Amino acid sequence: MAKGILIYAQTDRNGILQNVVLELAKTAQDLSQKLDNCEINAILFTDGTNLEENKNILSKNGFNKVYIANSLKLKQYSTEYYSKITVDLIKNITPEIFLIGATTQGRELAPVVATTLNTGLTADCTKLDINEKGQLASTRPTFGGNLMATILCKNYPQMATVRPKVLKKAENEIIKNTEFIELDFDLSTIEKHVELVEFIENKQLADVRIDEAEIIVAGGKGMKNQQGFELLQELAQVLGGSVGASRGAVDMKLADSSIQVGQTGKTVVPKIYIACGISGAIQHTVGMSGSDKIIAINKDKNAPIFKVADVGIVGDVFEILPKLINKLKG
Amino acid sequence: MKIAVCVKQVPDTADIKWTENNTIQREGLESIINPFDMYALETALKLKDREQNVNITTLTMGPPQAEEIIRKAISLGIDDGFVVTDKKFAGADTAATGRTLAAAIKEKIKEVDLILCGQFATDGDTAQTGPAISVNLNYPVITYVKEILSVENNIATVKKEVEDGTEILKVKLPAVLCMLKCDYEPRRPLIKGFKNAQKAEIKFYGLNDIGLEVEQVGIKGSPTYVSKAFRPEQKQGGEIFVPDNADDAVNKILEALNG
Ligand SMILES: Cc1cc2nc3c(=O)[nH]c(=O)nc-3n(C[C@H](O)[C@H](O)[C@H](O)COP(=O)(O)OP(=O)(O)OC[C@H]3O[C@@H](n4cnc5c(N)ncnc54)[C@H](O)[C@@H]3O)c2cc1C
Ligand SMILES: Nc1ncnc2c1ncn2[C@@H]1O[C@H](COP(=O)(O)O)[C@@H](O)[C@H]1O
Repeated sequence: MAKGILIYAQTDRNGILQNVVLELAKTAQDLSQKLDNCEINAILFTDGTNLEENKNILSKNGFNKVYIANSLKLKQYSTEYYSKITVDLIKNITPEIFLIGATTQGRELAPVVATTLNTGLTADCTKLDINEKGQLASTRPTFGGNLMATILCKNYPQMATVRPKVLKKAENEIIKNTEFIELDFDLSTIEKHVELVEFIENKQLADVRIDEAEIIVAGGKGMKNQQGFELLQELAQVLGGSVGASRGAVDMKLADSSIQVGQTGKTVVPKIYIACGISGAIQHTVGMSGSDKIIAINKDKNAPIFKVADVGIVGDVFEILPKLINKLKG
Repeated sequence: MKIAVCVKQVPDTADIKWTENNTIQREGLESIINPFDMYALETALKLKDREQNVNITTLTMGPPQAEEIIRKAISLGIDDGFVVTDKKFAGADTAATGRTLAAAIKEKIKEVDLILCGQFATDGDTAQTGPAISVNLNYPVITYVKEILSVENNIATVKKEVEDGTEILKVKLPAVLCMLKCDYEPRRPLIKGFKNAQKAEIKFYGLNDIGLEVEQVGIKGSPTYVSKAFRPEQKQGGEIFVPDNADDAVNKILEALNG
């Protein structure tokens, strides 16, 4: 019998637990209520770094059991190692549902695990629920954001990757007397074909990572040139936010493709998104329309960006932005 | 070196129209090669440009009309290609698609060193097919690949883009790589390419050619199914403000930032 919900407790390069884990934990509480209050468990990979802190956080976020794979060999993420250990655990504890954050790591690990277990996986979901038959109902955007689909799964575990920052974390602590279980595993039997040679940290236009920023100042072709993007960078700095770009701006080499927002770039959900000189093509808006508040500045009053903007300003970015920056600084 | 590139024909999502019943109007929707697959093709062609003895095959699973995109790939310089097509493949999710493509590669290409996919298809947007192919063939996979830096002694060195930066990874071949939008533009076909594409004999393979059972493919072989599809809530645009001057605009923005 499949039972319980398992969550992939992803940590970053410094062993810090990712926010999406806590978002999943809260959603799992809601799902569990509809599944006879089933257990909510996690699998955590670690080399020991930050382990006590992470255990502490997990027990304040309502986890019943945390399965820990602890080895110096697990310091670097490896799909080959991580998937093998995850698959073995799932075969052993047979969860009903397995949830993973839709990060670059999660979106590589999840399909490998799902295919190995011969089960189904719904990608990059924005909403999870339990239907009247007790099945996991995963809802996600498709067709470049033009269509939403709710997807069910015939096999166990029912798996989904879930987009970060869309679901909310718990407001209060949900303290559990969490049981921590050290996993036994043997990595020597696994042939590792992929090796990390080097990691180069991203030199983004701002100090804040675009996928974590609460405020994003994004520019399009309307920012015209490098000086235009320097204005955005200055504004992002005073606001403590990050800079984003449309594909138009990336194609003009005004910004690096790593900060492109949209269908072929990143999906972002900041509290505030300021779109400057961006026309608002569907391929762009699909990546930012989930933002809490959208402010758009465009000199064309018919620009489609105004259809998604909460506050639309018809005007010239080169007149408005310098004044705005001055006022914020002053 | 033998490279297989998986390409998918997708509707141009820039051009979606709705029927009265809130379903997507598929007639008249133009089909294109999935934009990410264009980068997979270009990456394969770049390897062919700089290395000796590279042979590239491209394949797609889809209706017979998908032949069109195989010809397009050949016009760009890909050596040959085939369509994996059968009514029994209809309704496949990524698990069934991955299994079908993996079986087709194994049966029809045999010794392959590198399989290139796009990172996402713009219609399904799941990013799961490449990894599913890799597991079926028992090959390693790397996703979010920006560039192949080198292939030497059966080892590929690649650049992968992640949230906090770039990873340089080495992978032992054969392997599956899923390509992001690269920093280079895909090439355009030459006249010679068009001629090759016209002449090329495109093969079609069905279920019986790839050694799978009917329960393993299409809707029967798919663990997931769509229970409901609906149009997303349309966001209502807010107020549009035409300020008298820049100071007015600034005040309005400050108000919005604080509110
Ligand atoms: C398959 C596919 C995938 C795509 N993926 C993406 C994606 O991920 N992200 C993305 O962004 N795009 C994507 N696109 C491209 C998208 O369709 C648009 O072409 C692109 O978003 C346009 O960029 P833009 O708004 O910067 O440029 P434009 O459309 O040229 O708009 C520039 C705007 O700036 C305004 N402007 C000009 N000067 C000023 C000024 N001084 N002050 C104020 N406003 C000014 C103009 O009125 C105009 O509205 C994709 C396209 C395809 C086909
Ligand atoms: N039907 C298909 N035929 C060939 N390749 C496919 C097919 N579906 C998906 N792919 C490949 O898998 C990639 C990811 O697609 P998806 O998992 O649907 O987002 C695509 O960019 C293609 O390279």
